[in-house]
Amino acid sequence: MTSVRYDRATRTYEGTSTPAVDALDLDIGDGELLVLVGPSGSGKSTALRMLAGLEPLDSGAIYIGDRDVSNVRPRERDIAMVFQNYALYPQLSVAENMGFALKQAKVPKPERSQRVREVARILDLEPFLNRKPKQLSGGQRQRVAMGRAIVRRPAVYLMDEPLSNLDAKLRVQTRTEVVELQARLGVTTVYVTHDQVEAMTMGDRVAVLRDGVLQQCDAPRTLYHEPANLFVAGFIGSPAMNLVAVGDERPLRLGDAQLELGRPSDKAPLDAAGAMTVGFRPEALQVGDGPLRAQIRTVEDLGSEVFVHLAVDHRGEPLPLVSKMQPPFDGQPGQSVGLQIAGTTHVFAPDGSRVASTTATLQPGAAPAPVTADSPGSAL
Amino acid sequence: MSDEPKVRAVGEGRIVNSAFGLLAWIVGLVFFFPVFWMVLNSFKSEQDANTSPKLFFHPTLDRYRDVTKSTTGLLSFADAFANSAVVVLLSTAIVMALAIPAAYALAIRPVAKWRDVLFFFISTKFLPVVASILPIWILARNLHLLNTRQSLIILYTAINLPLAVWMLRSFFREVPRELIEAAEIDGASLRGQLTSIILPIAAPGIAATALLCVIFAWNEFFYAVQLNPVKGSTVPIWVTTNISTRGDFLAKLSAASVLACIPVVLAGWIAQKRMIRGLAMGAIK
Repeated sequence: MTSVRYDRATRTYEGTSTPAVDALDLDIGDGELLVLVGPSGSGKSTALRMLAGLEPLDSGAIYIGDRDVSNVRPRERDIAMVFQNYALYPQLSVAENMGFALKQAKVPKPERSQRVREVARILDLEPFLNRKPKQLSGGQRQRVAMGRAIVRRPAVYLMDEPLSNLDAKLRVQTRTEVVELQARLGVTTVYVTHDQVEAMTMGDRVAVLRDGVLQQCDAPRTLYHEPANLFVAGFIGSPAMNLVAVGDERPLRLGDAQLELGRPSDKAPLDAAGAMTVGFRPEALQVGDGPLRAQIRTVEDLGSEVFVHLAVDHRGEPLPLVSKMQPPFDGQPGQSVGLQIAGTTHVFAPDGSRVASTTATLQPGAAPAPVTADSPGSAL
Repeated sequence: MSDEPKVRAVGEGRIVNSAFGLLAWIVGLVFFFPVFWMVLNSFKSEQDANTSPKLFFHPTLDRYRDVTKSTTGLLSFADAFANSAVVVLLSTAIVMALAIPAAYALAIRPVAKWRDVLFFFISTKFLPVVASILPIWILARNLHLLNTRQSLIILYTAINLPLAVWMLRSFFREVPRELIEAAEIDGASLRGQLTSIILPIAAPGIAATALLCVIFAWNEFFYAVQLNPVKGSTVPIWVTTNISTRGDFLAKLSAASVLACIPVVLAGWIAQKRMIRGLAMGAIK
């Protein structure tokens, strides 16, 4: 039974003033697969390396189980790590790579080779046990790296972008395999990725980091539907959520339309002053007949869904929006269309935090039309 | 290196290429010619060697017999060879034993002020050798180390150590960091990381470094002639004993020089592949 806990864990690199990981608080349950996600420089890899013991803590603590490992050497933490470039020992065979840790732990040879064989069977690596890493394909190397971690039966697996060197198709396939394997082994796993799709599909929970600060840690569904703040709202989801700065005028206006929010109870925070931002997912934006005039820029037809990129004249500036439509969709670039919102709309306070999520509709605006001239393509 | 792909520049003139090729051959031959002449001379009689250059002659091994014959009171070839072997191998072994931990401390887990340390090492090479000989000679005399192998072992170790540390440091830096981290997480101790990961990966570089130390120590003449000119001296000194004030000695000297070159050429030839790979490994960054 192994849980992992970050307790205000902080790491500041030498020569920098802002911490790479800033007072990180995180509880990872026994057997859980937690994904650390964030853009590059967000501190996700540093956070993982702190857990591995490869980066020292400047303050705070990290617990594996009940044990404070903050000052414990990596080799005494009972962890196994899968590196982005796999870090296979080039001069050792696949079997020797997988058995390396057991050899260090002075596990007798018969048991060692039996355990290596067992894991090799699970990972379909049996035919390659005597090969050197450079004689393997990228996917096989990745499996050896996984195998090396599994053979050890550690308390925690750490995975640092283990799929990012695979091609797209293999990555999707391996993603599923890793999730299944992790569920089967039931070993607590911390998984770092910059790919939000990987994060959403793999994690029991996903922790979003930005500039070393934890933004939100929740189940993927919660992250998607109830983002804690603007950053999470914009980071999770592809295409990204439409975020519109609506300023501090009331009622809220979006282009030439008026934004009417749903349940009255949610309106309370809106009385607060300050420049608000509203956000709605592409699937909540309907292209067709609606009060908000817009122009189609491009149409991306993926077969199963269509992404329509639009431009709206909002407060005198062209505002890009994206809509996810069900096919068939026959709009053309340059065409003028009307937009309507049919789904949840999030409202974010000036400090970025989400203050309300509610249904919303667009109403024809009564306010004077914006001062700008018609956009070039609207002649039709 | 047969496994390297052949590169041919697109659109480059064949004639220009051939011209450069020819030039390279000429330069190469010009450089090689003295060596060739030396080898040739070593198979001649003194008379042939000292008359106007001639390419065709009766080859003889007599000069080799002459130079390897031991004369009482003089440094014999066998003694010089044994002395050189002991001095070179021992000094190189000590250099490597000291340089590997030093390079580790400078490359993989850099100690504080590692730049200064590195600069200090190389700065020992700035001083002209001649400038250092007097204090060294006095020290050696007072320590009763004149005319001993020990003096040369100590000196060659000191001479080669900075170079070895620098070379090994750059080779160690080529070992991917993640491998060391993986070994650390896999439970390898510091020694385990060094012996099972770092040293095998850096092996070509280590071989190249050791080989250079061997070559430099084998060829060293100045300190040997100053500190150890009589008994216990090394092959380069023995070569010069074949210079005589009476009579011709060119063929004899050539034969002695060839003998002195053989171990180095042989070592270089055997380790050529490793050495090139090792040297290239340090160069490509």
